[in-house]
Amino acid sequence: MTMMNNNSISARRRGLFRRRLADRIVRLLSTAALVIAIAGMGWILWNVCARGISVLSWSFLTESTKPWGIPDSGIANAILGTLEITLGAALIGIPPALLGGIYLAEFGRGTRLAGIIRFATNVLMGMPSVVVGLFVYALMVVPLGGFSGVAGSLALAILMIPVVLSTTEEMLRMVPDTLRESALALGCSRTRATLAILCRSARSGLLTGILLAVARVSGETAPLLFTALWSDGWPRDYFTGPTANLPVLITEYSTNSPFAEQHAAGWGAALTVTVMVLLLNIGSRIIFKEKHHVR
Amino acid sequence: MSDEIKISVRNLNFFYAGNHQALFDNNLEIRANHVTAVIGPSGCGKSTHLRTYNRIFELYRGQRAEGEILVDGENILSPHVDVLELRRRIGMIFQKPTPFPMSVFDNVAYPLRLHFKLSKSEIADRVEDALRGVSLWDEVSGKLKTSGLALSGGQQQRLCIARAVTAAPEVLLMDEPTSAIDPVATLKIEDLILQLREKFTIVIVTHNMQQAARISDYTAFFYQGRIVEYGRTEAIFTNPSNPKTEEYITGRFG
Repeated sequence: MTMMNNNSISARRRGLFRRRLADRIVRLLSTAALVIAIAGMGWILWNVCARGISVLSWSFLTESTKPWGIPDSGIANAILGTLEITLGAALIGIPPALLGGIYLAEFGRGTRLAGIIRFATNVLMGMPSVVVGLFVYALMVVPLGGFSGVAGSLALAILMIPVVLSTTEEMLRMVPDTLRESALALGCSRTRATLAILCRSARSGLLTGILLAVARVSGETAPLLFTALWSDGWPRDYFTGPTANLPVLITEYSTNSPFAEQHAAGWGAALTVTVMVLLLNIGSRIIFKEKHHVR
Repeated sequence: MSDEIKISVRNLNFFYAGNHQALFDNNLEIRANHVTAVIGPSGCGKSTHLRTYNRIFELYRGQRAEGEILVDGENILSPHVDVLELRRRIGMIFQKPTPFPMSVFDNVAYPLRLHFKLSKSEIADRVEDALRGVSLWDEVSGKLKTSGLALSGGQQQRLCIARAVTAAPEVLLMDEPTSAIDPVATLKIEDLILQLREKFTIVIVTHNMQQAARISDYTAFFYQGRIVEYGRTEAIFTNPSNPKTEEYITGRFG
């Protein structure tokens, strides 16, 4: 009897030791993974800042790009072009994505069509952006006979749609059914309940999804190489001509130019686009927090 | 008070998705301007029964009701009934208060703007009347523009009652309206229900048997989807005719 007891106690101790060891190891590994991830991000940010900040100046942000050798060259045309292309993408992509998300969350629950749409959205979410660029190139640039800013917007819109659509569905699903029921119980139609009450209740989440999608696509390069391409001029021909933009500027200056000044300008543009995306991300966090922590 | 029948339920059967039957041959006569309590153990079909009166179950795929529910003699389960108008006539209060994400004023004004064409001053008057009607006016008159979500739980529930009342319904369905609310706020809502009886026909689902005894005129006892006993509340609580009813109200199960 005592023998057995002693045996089982030491077995229990061994088990406990093993569990503690496993706990230590998992903690160590996950902490290490975290450090690697954060260090990587910090390194990138540091590099971009260190190399980009020296070229930042008033004229850099207000003058347009110029061929090498002409003084006072800036990146303002690319900043404006990026804003145009991104805004255009938002205008093209957000309405169908919101409506699609509303359909999945509200009207199409449990239907076959909703299942198909959800599957297609996931496929689109995983689509390489270069393929989307090529698609728009074949669909729009070739038949219309030229690169244009609006073609760039279309490519980015296609990339935004799955992101906005699935966050819209998710956010609407977070709205409790009792709110849905109480709107209907007052005699609201389904459409009105959805648009006036449920979307309002989920609005900060919807806005967050939109901002994150905009942030995601505003740094995309590959689709723009096939569509908006590049121009040294101001972005006046959004609908008909090549349109300057930051991602392609960075690619061109950093990889296709032999000149040190243009390499430096590429870093400056990289810093600019990083700050823009960072601001979008921070903005979306503030909006989401306001709703979910302080009523 | 009249003893006219407002709602007459005849052979009501209810099915959840997958043909899972939840209500069996329910027959019930709800009297106008009285409070009818629906009691019974969890899962007995009380809420399911209530949710057929305004057809709110239709929100969910695969749920269906068979039989007849006559409101003023008209079968509201018929597909020809305008369900939006039905829901204006038959209001509902839920277990958890559900203020809309808008101001206190806009919450109460919502059904007015939805169903009636009124001037701004008429809307303001009716909102005030409704808030006074639920004794909320003195508490919120200074903060009509703040969010309805900022009120306390008991205030939110009275706000929801005020909102239901502005749609000018004939019947108010209440699905455990006090179970998520503290005892003091509960008493206020019970007082309110007794006042509302003057104007509306009230059907209330409750888990709380003291509450049913305090505020209802008639009580229906549900068990496993069937109406076991229905009658005047005093009779049900003092002299139940079915042994199952007696077991339940004396707390032997539930």
